[in-house]
Amino acid sequence: MHFKYHVEGGNFSQAGFTSSQVKKTLKQLNVDGEVIRRTVIALYEAEVNIVAHAYKGNIAVDIDPEKISILLDDEGPGIPDIQKAMEVGYSTATPQVREMGFGAGMGLSNMKNNSDRLDINSVVGKGTRVMIINYFNPTR
Amino acid sequence: MQLNLWAIHFEMAATNNLVNLEKIAQLLDGQIITDAGNPNRIIEGAFASDLMSDVLTLPTNHLLLLTGLVNIQAIRTAEMSDIDCIVFVRNKKVTVEMTNLANENGIAIIHSPFSMYKASGILYQAGIKPVY
Repeated sequence: MHFKYHVEGGNFSQAGFTSSQVKKTLKQLNVDGEVIRRTVIALYEAEVNIVAHAYKGNIAVDIDPEKISILLDDEGPGIPDIQKAMEVGYSTATPQVREMGFGAGMGLSNMKNNSDRLDINSVVGKGTRVMIINYFNPTR
Repeated sequence: MQLNLWAIHFEMAATNNLVNLEKIAQLLDGQIITDAGNPNRIIEGAFASDLMSDVLTLPTNHLLLLTGLVNIQAIRTAEMSDIDCIVFVRNKKVTVEMTNLANENGIAIIHSPFSMYKASGILYQAGIKPVY
C-alpha cells in the first residue's frame, strides 16, 4: 500500500492530518496497538516539524506485510547541526510554535524513541529528508 | 460482622476507584462538553501539562489530560497518544472545530473553572493515578 500526502508549512490547523489518516489505516489493518502508537507519535512529531519549520513538504507512506516506511521530504531552511538538534532541550522554534505546545526541543529524540529506524538528512537552505521505519512484529 | 465490614470496605474501594466522566465533571465543578459517544468510560490515570511534546512522550494509554492549552493540536496530541479525555482548566473554552475533531476520535472534553494545580490535586485525591 502506498499513500502520499502534502503538508503546508505554517498551517497549524492541518498539522496532524497525515498522522491521523495513517493511524486510521493501521487500525483498519489490525496492526498491534503499541506499534500504531509509536508510529503515529514519530510521524506526528515529524509532521509538526514540517509545519513549524519548512515552507512545504511531502509525506510518502509505504505499508508492506512486515513494516511501515514513512519518507518525509520538505523544502525549508534545513538543519545545520543534526547532532545538536537531536539533543533534548535544543530548539529553534518560533514563539508561534511554542504557543501550540511544541518547540521544547523534545521532538527529534522522541521520534528516535518511537522508531525502529530513523534517518535524517538535511541540506541547509534546501530542506530535510526524514525516514521512519517501524516493523509490525514488535519482537524484532 | 467482621466479614460484612470487609465487604463494605471493598465495595467502597471499588466504587472509589471507578471514576467515570460524570464524576470527574462533578469533582472539578465542570461541564462535559462531549462524551464522544461513551458516557460510561472509566478514568484511571491522568497527566497534566501544557507542553504537548511532553504528552507525546507518555508510555501510557487511555489517560485523562489536564491542560490549559486550548488549540487544535491539544486534540491531535490526544488522538496520537490514545488519550480518552481532556479537561481544559481555568474556563478555557474549546471551539466547534476542536469538539468535532474530538468526537471523530472518541475523545471526551470537560471544561473546569479550576486551576491545573487544584484540578490535579482533586483528581489525585479521588484515586486517579499519576503516570510517573
